[in-house]
Amino acid sequence: MHEFLDNLAVYREAIRQTLFIVSISVVAGGALGLVLGLVLYATRAGNLFANRAAFLIVNVLVNVVRPIPFVIFLTAIQPLMLHTIGTTIGTNAVTFALSLSAAFAISRIVEQNLLTVEPGVVEAARAAGARPISILLTVLIPEALGPLILGYTFIFVAVVDMSAQAGLFGGGGLGDFAITYGSQRYNWPIVYISVATIVVLVQAGQFLGSWLARRALRR
Amino acid sequence: MSVPAEPADARAEIHVRLERVGKTFPGRGRRAAPVVVLDDVSLEVRRGEVFGVIGSSGAGKSTLLRLINGLETPTSGRVYLGERELGALNERGRREARGDTGMIFQQFNLFRSRTVAGNVAYPLKVAGVGQPERDRRVARLLAFVGLLDRAHDHPERLSGGQKQRVGIARALATEPSLLLVDEATSALDPETTGEVLALLGQVNRELGVTIVIVSHELDVIRSLADRVAVLDVGRVVETGTVYDVFTRPRTTAAARLIGTDLRERPSPATLARLRSGPGGGRLVTVRVREGDGEGERAEERGGARPGLAHVFLAHQVAAEVVFGGIRELQGRPAGSLTFELSGADAAVDAALAALRADGVDVVEEPAGNA
Ligand SMILES: Nc1ncnc2c1ncn2[C@@H]1O[C@H](COP(=O)(O)OP(=O)(O)OP(=O)(O)O)[C@@H](O)[C@H]1O
Ligand SMILES: [Mg+2]
Repeated sequence: MHEFLDNLAVYREAIRQTLFIVSISVVAGGALGLVLGLVLYATRAGNLFANRAAFLIVNVLVNVVRPIPFVIFLTAIQPLMLHTIGTTIGTNAVTFALSLSAAFAISRIVEQNLLTVEPGVVEAARAAGARPISILLTVLIPEALGPLILGYTFIFVAVVDMSAQAGLFGGGGLGDFAITYGSQRYNWPIVYISVATIVVLVQAGQFLGSWLARRALRR
Repeated sequence: MSVPAEPADARAEIHVRLERVGKTFPGRGRRAAPVVVLDDVSLEVRRGEVFGVIGSSGAGKSTLLRLINGLETPTSGRVYLGERELGALNERGRREARGDTGMIFQQFNLFRSRTVAGNVAYPLKVAGVGQPERDRRVARLLAFVGLLDRAHDHPERLSGGQKQRVGIARALATEPSLLLVDEATSALDPETTGEVLALLGQVNRELGVTIVIVSHELDVIRSLADRVAVLDVGRVVETGTVYDVFTRPRTTAAARLIGTDLRERPSPATLARLRSGPGGGRLVTVRVREGDGEGERAEERGGARPGLAHVFLAHQVAAEVVFGGIRELQGRPAGSLTFELSGADAAVDAALAALRADGVDVVEEPAGNA
């Protein structure tokens, strides 16, 4: 146990890194995913901005990118990372890759939740003279808010999961801490403390998400 | 009183005009044939009237309404709102036109994420009406539909009839001059249907809103509409006053839709029962319709309607009502009566000839072999 106390500063730093990676990825990736999801929904045949070409392109892109395992995805976009953020390792690099990866995952969830909104509701908004963009933002998103929050909660958990691999690319975080300070030194308390920390983090996120979703659904 | 086929004020201002409108959808799926939903539809809705469109499921009723508020564009032909042709407007112009057109739906289509007041306020927000004015109008509208006390509830807490009243308030929020009503009562029970129809009637009379109501339910059209168009698989086969179209459909398509409603002829089983009775006379079914029996000879009689009983009496024919009924349609009698006639054959023939000469619709029921 004293090894853990000796490494308390490292542990704190690991938590900070994980929180940084996860929160930026959920917020930035979530925002980008929302846009992608809205594009997928809106350009679908018969919808507000029906556009076959745009839908096909985004749809194929999402289908191709989404299933790529995170480690491979991060490796594959290294040229892009060099171009945009100038590095391929470290916390920022991992956060960048994770944001993108989360965006593609969330885009489908957004699209599917928007598709569950009754088309009649959209028709009512159109009949009231609303502009399509305003219908997307002030009708569709509020109508699907409960399931959307649950979808984002689901993605938050997945992002925490993927963030554990950050250590592979020098990104630090709790996963890295558990391996380099824990299992590699046969220091099991450190492993379990890391596990417990992640469980608490996930539970807190899950609790918050469920609570917000319940409020949105008025249940 | 003689009633012309069209209401007296034939020069009434036209509010909605469809001119040879066609609508074809590309088939769903790659090789599917295009679907012709509306074909050469022309009709005129007068300002201030309730215009009904009756048609069976899939006839194109909803599409027709969506053309009138510009949610769909016609494949051919033109749609006019007053003097404005919708096709000549850009999307922005059409959006503005929608501010002057309200729409209510079978499934209500309320926003679940908004309260009752929020639903009614939505079109006002879209129209850029400021908060204080919006609140005032929402309160007034909710009072009009009798839901002021439910302003802060969410729609899922309301009954179907209440939801539709919210739908009506929302549709009226921007004080439109035209209300499009798509099967507004099909999801409601009969009692609630009556309430909603009464409210729509009030909207028409008290607010002077022109209403176009589509339905497959005869009752709805009969109780609310002044004039009606019969839509049969994408074509308007008949247009006229509800009284004329319902009491005397001129096309087989209209007769098929409406026929069973007012022109009730006894079924073969009923006929068999009637014949098994002690009377043994001839059975004739007479359509009761205001204006019938006022044919060319009406003038000789000084315009007085002969009265069926009078004609039978004059020919020494005993007539007994054995089937049928008369109800009121647009404040005028409508229905049919089946008589059993007893008397000399020649006398009966003469009586029937006299009725027919007066323009009365008389059908002799075939002497079945029951
Ligand atoms: N966007 C569309 N694409 C292809 N076909 C369509 C489209 N909209 C409607 N249709 C078809 O047009 C026909 C008429 O539809 P519409 O909804 O206008 O009929 P309706 O008279 O309102 O029927 P209902 O009583 O069932 O509501 C139907 O066969 C329908 O499948
Ligand atoms: Mg319909």
